[in-house]
Amino acid sequence: MSTAITLKEMVKKPDLLASGHRLCAGCAEPIIARLVLKASRGAIIATTATGCLEVATTIFPYSAWRIPWIHTAFENAAATASGIEAAWRAMRRKGRGPLARYETLDIVAFAGDGGTYDIGLQALSGALERGHDFTYVLLDNEAYMNTGIQRSGGTPYCAWTTTSPAGTVIPGKREWKKPIDEIVIAHEIPYTATVSPAYPLDLMQKARAAFETEGPAFIHAISPCCRGWRFPPNKTIEVARLAVETCFFPLYECRVEDGRPIYKLSPPSLAIAKRPERKKPVEDYLKIQGRFRHLFRPERRGDLIERIQRWVDRRWEMLLEKAGL
Amino acid sequence: MSSQRLLGLNGDEAAAYAIKQVNPDVVAAYPITPQTIIVERFSEYVADGLVDTEFVAVESEHSAMSCCIGAAAAGARAFTATAANGLALMWEMLYIAASLRLPIVMAVANRALSAPINIHNDHSDSMGARDSGWIQIYCENSQEVYDACIEAWRIGEHLDVQLPVMVCLDGFTLSHTMENVLTLSDEAVRDFIGERPYIKVQGHLGEAEFRLDPEKPLTMGPLDLYDFYFEHKMHQVEAMRRALKAIPEIDEEYREVSGRSYRLLHPYMMEDAEVALIGLGSTMGTVRHVVDRLRKRGVKAGMVKMRVFRPFPTEELQELLKDVEVVGVLDKAMSFGAPGGPLYEELRAVFYDADERPLIVDYVYGLGGRDTPPNLIEEAYEGLLEVKRRGEAVEKVRFLGVRW
Ligand SMILES: Cc1ncc(C[n+]2csc(CCOP(=O)(O)OP(=O)(O)O)c2C)c(N)n1
Ligand code: SF4
Ligand SMILES: [Mg+2]
Repeated sequence: MSTAITLKEMVKKPDLLASGHRLCAGCAEPIIARLVLKASRGAIIATTATGCLEVATTIFPYSAWRIPWIHTAFENAAATASGIEAAWRAMRRKGRGPLARYETLDIVAFAGDGGTYDIGLQALSGALERGHDFTYVLLDNEAYMNTGIQRSGGTPYCAWTTTSPAGTVIPGKREWKKPIDEIVIAHEIPYTATVSPAYPLDLMQKARAAFETEGPAFIHAISPCCRGWRFPPNKTIEVARLAVETCFFPLYECRVEDGRPIYKLSPPSLAIAKRPERKKPVEDYLKIQGRFRHLFRPERRGDLIERIQRWVDRRWEMLLEKAGL
Repeated sequence: MSSQRLLGLNGDEAAAYAIKQVNPDVVAAYPITPQTIIVERFSEYVADGLVDTEFVAVESEHSAMSCCIGAAAAGARAFTATAANGLALMWEMLYIAASLRLPIVMAVANRALSAPINIHNDHSDSMGARDSGWIQIYCENSQEVYDACIEAWRIGEHLDVQLPVMVCLDGFTLSHTMENVLTLSDEAVRDFIGERPYIKVQGHLGEAEFRLDPEKPLTMGPLDLYDFYFEHKMHQVEAMRRALKAIPEIDEEYREVSGRSYRLLHPYMMEDAEVALIGLGSTMGTVRHVVDRLRKRGVKAGMVKMRVFRPFPTEELQELLKDVEVVGVLDKAMSFGAPGGPLYEELRAVFYDADERPLIVDYVYGLGGRDTPPNLIEEAYEGLLEVKRRGEAVEKVRFLGVRW
């Protein structure tokens, strides 16, 4: 079903998100957005929730978007996309206006973790339940970055943020990362996938699969943020790769067929499933990020690192089980 | 004038029937008393194939407005309906719809805001939205609801205007009360509203119509700080000013089709009125009845119904009320801690610089649906006559029909 996507072909496609935007050097968000847009089949309309991507790619009268694009608010990317999709359906039915021309139209909503796990969860759930034909891309940098690194439901356990500071008594965020993919998959939408910008081909292939899906598709992208995660801007891809190599953020797809979720590990994670000795300790991932510094200094908090490792292991095992491995 | 059919419709049904005839591209709505009949009826029209609208049964009013914004930005005609808490939940998106200059139409079945929770009529919901940049039309009866739900599209979409329009109908008093409504044929409605026009803007690839079109990409809703935001707000100021001109023009066209014409203001017995009440919505029917009663007793009473509250028809009001000795304002909403109700404050502001101006007093009434029978309105007129006798208003803000 999916048209093959090759790197060779994709590099020839123009970037639909132009350079010259004001996202931080080393930010993963524009990398992910560009790769997603490259995978578009043709006609495309995007909406973006309030957040770093929106704020830093537009400032009147400038815009980095070469495609029709709209920002309305923070918590409603999925609802805004619903409206665009409904308009397209109606226009096609009536044969009215420019949108009536398109047999296929890639409607994509970009939103951050704050705009997805927290304030936007209701709108997302509603849009998924109604079955709109659109692709939702979660840019998960694990905190409210645009407002200055506050914790969200997507912030991992123990991570320092400005509202979950690592103090002398409390070592950063006290809650675990919300299992957003399970929540989304429980809506029985046809396609869900996790992606990392360290694996661009995998990312584009999944974005294409999402666009080709009839009905809602959800792409969960890990989006390292050098500002908020406290690592140098040249380490973005390394961090994005370690998230996968430690199984902190495994890569997989889930298609719901006949009402049953069919999980499939993607090559980088499948390789680890086949050769478990390749799975790196989560410490490798934690120690290169300043937001976890308090786990290592002034003294090593082996108890907390161990707790995080157990969380990673448990979730990885659960995923393997679901994938029948 | 085209031929018309008389139907028995309550206010909600009148709205739903008009919207059926308009056949918009997208309707996104969420149930809330006393608006629910509108969505229910419209869903039936969809289920019976009487419209080819895409009906989106959203999970909240916030999403209803967001969905309408997405749809209207994509070029669609979009409609929704709500009331009270639903309108409050939309708040953020009301401003965004207006600021993005999207001519969405929304029916608001006016209802008191919580707490305490109350399903009955007052204007606290839409009055709170008066600064959001929406045009607001207040209806007196189901006929006006029907007509406004048709005219609203032309008003909002007028190229000089490009603003969303709120059609306000009093909860229960109108929404649930069956009345005779003269309806146009589907063709007449369709001819009248025509196709949605779009303004031209500069896009990345040159001139483009203001809608999301893959061939002519536009960026909508960008970050806009101190260097341009203010100018964009001036466009909204200007659009409202232009709406004051556009509304009577469209009205005139509508009169040719329907024989019914609604101006910005509906004066009654104002030629020689010495005391007058001004207000919005269905109560004004009662007021008219009381004016007749008072006139029979030789009292020079008059009234002004404000049909359009946003844009505020300042000059027309000055002209109409300048020779009246005492004007009483009927406010079905209170702005807590303010000098008075919203209509009262604005009316006073309008007359501050005038050489000839009436004494103005406020009557806050009907909160939470408190009944406002003719004798209460008469009491208000007696208050105005008392002020006239004294030549001054000692107590400027009064609360009508409350045990206090
Ligand atoms: C209703 C509302 N509440 C709060 C805000 C302030 N706000 C803007 S962006 C943002 C954080 C965005 O975080 P996220 O969704 O994770 O995106 P990121 O900037 O991290 O990419 C917040 C809290 C807002 N714009 N609207
Ligand atoms: S703060 Fe983080 S997410 Fe925001 S632009 Fe900078 S690197 Fe990107
Ligand atoms: Mg974030």
